[in-house]
Amino acid sequence: MSNIGSYEEKVKDFEWSAAEEFLEYKDGEIINIGWYCSDRICLKGKADKIALKYEGFDGVEKKFTFNDIRLNGNTIGTFLRHLGIRNEDRVCLFMDRIPELYFSFLGILKIGAIVQPLFSAFGDESLFVRLENAQTRAMITQRKYLTRIRKIIDKLPYLEFIIIIDHDDKKQLSKKEIQFSLEKTPQVNEMAAFPTRAESPSVLHYTSGTSGQPKGVLHVHYSLISQYITAKWVLDLQENDNYWCTADPGWVTGTSYGIIGPWSMGITQCILDAGFSAQAWYKFIEKNQVSMWYSSPTAIRSLMKAGDDLVKNFDLSSLRHLASVGEPLNSEAVIWSERVFGKPFHDTFWQTETGSIMISNFPGMKIKPGSMGKPFPGIAGVVLDPVSFEPLKEPGKTGLIAFRPGWPAMMRSYWSNQLKYNEKFVNGWYLTGDKASVDNEGYFWFIGRDDDVINTGGHLVSPFEVESALLEYPAVAESAVVSKPDDINMEVVKAFVTLKPGHIPDQDMELDIMNFIRKKLSSLAMPQEIEFMDKIPKTRSGKIMRRLLHAREWGEEIGDISTLEND
Amino acid sequence: MEKMDLEEMKDLVLKYVIKEYMEDEEAEVTNDTPLISSGYVDSFSMVSLLVFLERKFSIKIPPSKATPEAFDSVNKIVALVNQCMS
Repeated sequence: MSNIGSYEEKVKDFEWSAAEEFLEYKDGEIINIGWYCSDRICLKGKADKIALKYEGFDGVEKKFTFNDIRLNGNTIGTFLRHLGIRNEDRVCLFMDRIPELYFSFLGILKIGAIVQPLFSAFGDESLFVRLENAQTRAMITQRKYLTRIRKIIDKLPYLEFIIIIDHDDKKQLSKKEIQFSLEKTPQVNEMAAFPTRAESPSVLHYTSGTSGQPKGVLHVHYSLISQYITAKWVLDLQENDNYWCTADPGWVTGTSYGIIGPWSMGITQCILDAGFSAQAWYKFIEKNQVSMWYSSPTAIRSLMKAGDDLVKNFDLSSLRHLASVGEPLNSEAVIWSERVFGKPFHDTFWQTETGSIMISNFPGMKIKPGSMGKPFPGIAGVVLDPVSFEPLKEPGKTGLIAFRPGWPAMMRSYWSNQLKYNEKFVNGWYLTGDKASVDNEGYFWFIGRDDDVINTGGHLVSPFEVESALLEYPAVAESAVVSKPDDINMEVVKAFVTLKPGHIPDQDMELDIMNFIRKKLSSLAMPQEIEFMDKIPKTRSGKIMRRLLHAREWGEEIGDISTLEND
Repeated sequence: MEKMDLEEMKDLVLKYVIKEYMEDEEAEVTNDTPLISSGYVDSFSMVSLLVFLERKFSIKIPPSKATPEAFDSVNKIVALVNQCMS
């Protein structure tokens, strides 16, 4: 029996207060995610239950109970307090998926500070703009990332502390660097959680838009209500589950459902800190008896590429429920998973801004392969006419996916960017920037983005950021960036560039530009193809016609080109 | 391209990997060091490594062979390159 039971019944009379009751939270009381994910679970008699099963790329395995994560969160929180970190200060996590990342997340929240998780593959420029924007006061990292941090530290006056959790005593520390070893620090048994309230800020994730710099999406402690109930009803987490969320906590899935959802329910979760390999993933599931698996379409398509025969080498009978997030899950992947695992992947749709799952295929509900599913109970989800912004009533018509604001995990602001935040709302609807249609049974069907943002492997990349970075390459005069189709990642980045006089394109230059962007921004933003052009198509007012380049890559109609600049 | 022996090929690939992907100056990298599983080279970065290999050795690596497992160390990469050359 699934946790949600009947979806139709739950939709009828759902109130968010039902989730509050599960968590024994009452309006106006203290609510602290760090405390809910550790102390409360211990108080419920699960102190000795395994909270985290960790395996590193080198095969090192570690296990931590809920009491361990409570103590480690306290120890890190106390260390930060002694440094003078106060509530609402931003503390960045920039590290691999190691246990310290998870403990730090809890510790930072427990002292009332704001966690700013950043993907460890970010290059120095990507890192800089996000730390500068948030005026981050401290960051917790590993020594392997110091080269990147030292490049930008002088430009970040607000950044006071670089806390290195694996410092080698024989090495010299540079300015602002502090070493901290969890193993060498006495554990702190009691640490009072900061009395955060529902609207106290908690997590600051960055996301990319079509233009401008990345936006800091601010969430609050009350988001727990949504994350808890969606983890329970959509991911169907149950007491004896071994849960594996494959997302990196540098992204919102890795925190909402890689930390908060499961741990607030007292669920054991498994972490594999290693690059993707189909064989290693199946082995990990078998070894840890993973029963609930939350992954991404890109990973699923990579597993499909590895072939059906490989699956037969492993005992994956522990798998009970599968779900997916990040980009649309194609029907072939759903059918494939039913064939090889005996269970379908359940697609879920949500965003950094929504903070929790909004549309989903629920356990027990009829799955239409390729469909996003239906809105979560309590969520008013519609598709809007792109001109009038009124809900479309006619089944099958394409419109903008929108939600009526008011669910607990809804972002509260874009950090220091009220204008951009305001632009996300029209006629009282929150606009997701995605397009879909709804069929006559209420199922949503994803169509695509409503803007130029590139969704590659479930991660959003801003064409503007890549175009700007390309202009910093000495030989590049102009640049335009669009997506191109990709079998595994759905979309990848493609760049068009013109060169300054005196430069001639060649294959070495193409590779050099690719690596330049990878190091400056991230591997996700690295163009997987670069086309050298004599001229970038622009409108007469000088705006790059990405639409034209995009249409060419996707084999679509070019449409109106009356505004195209003439020679 | 001049004909290289196996050791020269390994040397060339190792130097490229260190130059392009190893920002951690303390990391000791050998021909057996895991590259993909360790996270030094992620699946997106694999594309630039693949482009380098195809151009340097004038080969075409079929997508079915460009797997994370085949790219997981310099030794494995050179074995794949050799396979694609023959």
